[in-house]
Amino acid sequence: MKIILTSVLVDDQAKAERFYTETLGFVKKHDVPLGDTSRWLTVVGRNEPDGTELLLEPDGHPAAKQFKAAMVEDGIPMAQFGVDNVEGEHQRLNKAGVRFTQPPTDFGPVITAVFDDTCGNLIQIAQMKDQP
Amino acid sequence: MLTGTGKRSLASLMDELYRAIADPTRRAILDELVDRNGQTLFELCGRLIMKHRIESSRQAISQHLDVLEAAGLVTTERDGRYKFHWFNGEPLREITRRWPPKKTKQNKKRKGNDP
Repeated sequence: MKIILTSVLVDDQAKAERFYTETLGFVKKHDVPLGDTSRWLTVVGRNEPDGTELLLEPDGHPAAKQFKAAMVEDGIPMAQFGVDNVEGEHQRLNKAGVRFTQPPTDFGPVITAVFDDTCGNLIQIAQMKDQP
Repeated sequence: MLTGTGKRSLASLMDELYRAIADPTRRAILDELVDRNGQTLFELCGRLIMKHRIESSRQAISQHLDVLEAAGLVTTERDGRYKFHWFNGEPLREITRRWPPKKTKQNKKRKGNDP
């Protein structure tokens, strides 16, 4: 068994597409209309076209918004992405107007930061120190 | 100063203060907020696990924060959709006001001022 797809629940797929591609730098992989309003919308890492896909999934379920709000309130991220340089990403995203709830913080083996994806989620980026 | 009508409320506030700082986890929380003020519950829990090996649940840490808040050592502020925790050292002043650290100096001073 392997993880081929994971998802974040977004409040607006068009907005999410812009943020995850234009701001974060992911690349759109699938975009298939599903019914009237929603799409099967996935992105992948820029250098990993065959890597794990991230599904930008509508948060239309009645329980989703309440759940997301409670997680955001306590600063809990809904997804984690690996980066080579947390400090560099923090500077780049800060300039792009992205709001961080946790600046780059050294936790020993890992440096992390947490930002708002503008679609109702917090996202953590992590840099493992002993890996290239 | 423990005077007048404020005596009882200040005394009970001091009880809350001593109770709050009597616990090592709560002292670690204050250490981390002094390191960086204004943290989410998530960041605070991460720091306690990674830097202090305190693996309490988020719920337990949240309860510790309630105790610190009752003692006035932590304030919680909402900023949009996020909730941040801030350290406030002001209540700790009452401890040194009550037991001044430079007692000998003050005694000398008092002697010098005697007529």
